[in-house]
Amino acid sequence: MRKTCLETVFELAKTNKKVVFIGSDLGPGVLDNFKKKFPDRFFMEGVAEQAIIGMSAGLAMQKFRPYVNTIATFITRRCFEQVVIDLCLHNLPVTLIGNGGGMVYAPLGPTHQAIEDISIMRTLPNLTIISPCDAHDMKNLVLQTTKIKGPIYIRIARGGEKVVTEGFKSKIGKALVLKKSTKYNFLTTGITAQIALDAASKIKKKYKIDVGVIHFSTIKPLDKVLLKKIIVNCKKLITVEENVVEGGFGSSILEFCATMNNQERKSDIKILGLKSSFSNKYGTQDQILKYNNLQDDFLCKKMYKLISDDKF
Amino acid sequence: MNLEKQSYSAKLDKRSKYLRSLVLECLIGGDRGHMGSAMSLIEILRVLYDDILNYYPKNPKNEDRDRLILSKGHGCLALYAILADKGFFPKKILKTSSKFNSILGGHPEFDKVPGIEASTGALGHGAPIGLGIALGARINKKKFNTFVIVGDGEINEGSFWEASMIASKHKLENFHIIIDYNKIQSYGKTKDVLDLEPLKQKLQSFGYEVDEINGHNISQLKTYFKKNKKSKKPSALICHTIKGKGFYFAEQNPFWHHKNFFTDKEKKQLKECIKN
Repeated sequence: MRKTCLETVFELAKTNKKVVFIGSDLGPGVLDNFKKKFPDRFFMEGVAEQAIIGMSAGLAMQKFRPYVNTIATFITRRCFEQVVIDLCLHNLPVTLIGNGGGMVYAPLGPTHQAIEDISIMRTLPNLTIISPCDAHDMKNLVLQTTKIKGPIYIRIARGGEKVVTEGFKSKIGKALVLKKSTKYNFLTTGITAQIALDAASKIKKKYKIDVGVIHFSTIKPLDKVLLKKIIVNCKKLITVEENVVEGGFGSSILEFCATMNNQERKSDIKILGLKSSFSNKYGTQDQILKYNNLQDDFLCKKMYKLISDDKF
Repeated sequence: MNLEKQSYSAKLDKRSKYLRSLVLECLIGGDRGHMGSAMSLIEILRVLYDDILNYYPKNPKNEDRDRLILSKGHGCLALYAILADKGFFPKKILKTSSKFNSILGGHPEFDKVPGIEASTGALGHGAPIGLGIALGARINKKKFNTFVIVGDGEINEGSFWEASMIASKHKLENFHIIIDYNKIQSYGKTKDVLDLEPLKQKLQSFGYEVDEINGHNISQLKTYFKKNKKSKKPSALICHTIKGKGFYFAEQNPFWHHKNFFTDKEKKQLKECIKN
C-alpha cells in the first residue's frame, strides 16, 4: 500500500508540475525515480519533522502541492502543532502520508505504533482523513488528492494486503459498500475491511445470515448521506477500526447518530477498536490485532450475539 | 563593535514616535497587548517597509512582493501599525484591536489582516514556513526575498534550528532571518532563562552569514539591508534592541512584556513619552 501510494504521487508529479515530495530521512532508495526525473521537486530532509511541516506549508503558499512522507506517529504526535497551525489553520493543500497506521510497526513498540492517530487528526478543522484498505483503493484515492483544497492525512495500513476493492470506484468522501446487507453491517476503515469481509463470510457459512461490509476510506468528512441511510434502515451495526475507540472512527459514527432524532435511529451500534492502553506486546501486526480481538472469528461471534440478542 | 556598551538611548525621531503612537492606539483601544515586544521592533519594521521591501497595499497578494513573516507573532501591534501606515487597511481599525469583531487579534492572522503572510503566535513556526516560501520562489524562478523576524526567546524552539539547518543545506540566499534581540523573554533575562550566547557563533555554525547591529539605529539598518550580500548563504541579522523602547518605565521591564488594563495615569505616561 505504501509503495502504491508513493508511486501514485510520482504519477501525479509527471502531469502536475506543482507536485513536490518531501521525506524525512526515509529508507535508502525511496522514490529514486522521482528524484532522478524531478530533482527540483524532490526533497529528502533530515529528522526534522517540525520544520518539514512548516516548509511544506511555505511551498503550498507558493502554489505547490507538497506530499510529505514519514512514520505516522511522527506526523501526528511530534509535530501536531505544525499540522494544526501551519497546515490546517492556513488550510493549505499539503498531503501527509503516514507510514504504519495502526499496528504495522508492532515489533517496534509503542513509540512507533499509531494507536490514536485517527482520534488526534479527527479533531482538526479543514483536514481530510483517508484510510484506504488496499493498494487499489489507495491508488484511486491518491489520484484524487490534487482536487482537494485543504490538507489531507493518508493513513497507510500495511503492505501486501489482500485487494478487496477491485471493481469498485473509490472516491474521497464516499464510503464503499463492499458487501450488501439491509439489516446487519460492519462499518470499517483501513484494513479492518478485509477482517470484516472474512467475518461476514463466516457468519454466512455458519449461521446463514447475510452481513454487509461498508468501508469508509474517508474518515473525515464522513459519507453522511450513506451513513444516514444505514442508520435509518439497519438493525445492527458494528464499527471496526485499528485505533483506540476513544475519539476514533466509531466515535465519529456515534457523534453523527447523536445529531439524528430518536425516531430516525433504528440501529443498535457497537464499536470495536484497539484496547485503550499502550501495547505491551511485540510480534506481528496480525498477532496484535488478534490480541485486541480485531479478527474475523471474534467479529463473527460479536455480530451473531448482537443479532441473537434481538431475536431472543 | 562592543554592542553591550553601545548606547540605545538615542532620542527617537518624529517618525519612530509616530509609529509608536499607532501602536498605542491598539494598546489603549484594546486595553491590552504585548507592549514591550512591539516597541523593540518598530525601527526594524520601519526601515523594511520604508526603504527595502517590495509590497502592494492595494494588491497585497501580488506574486512579486517580498514576503515578511513576523514569527514572533506577539509583536504584531508594531506590524499592524506599519501596515496601517502604508495603507493596507484604514488606521481607524487600530483602536479595535483585540475586540470581539476586530480583524486585529493579539496574534496576527493571514486571512483576516491584509499584508499578513502567515498566522503566527505559537513560536518557532515562521522560519520553517519562510524556508518553504524561499524554496518555492527558487523553483518558480521568482526574485523576491523572504524575511522572517524572530524573537530571542522564540529561538529557544528547536524548530528554528531545524529550519536553519535545512535553509543552510539548500544555500537559500533569498532567506533572511532577523532576530529581535531585546534580551528579555517572558520570565526575565534571556541569559538567565536560557542563554543564547554565543549567538553569533551559533548562527554562523548553522550556516548563516551573520551580522549584528543596533536595531533602533535607522542608518545602520538601512546600510545593512541595502548592501549586497557576500555569499550564497541564508542571512541572519542580530538586532540588539530594547524591549519597550521609547517608554522609560517599560524599557527592559519584563512586566511590560504583555499588559492588560491601563490606568489613566499609565495612559497619560505612555502618550507623554512620544510627544514631539
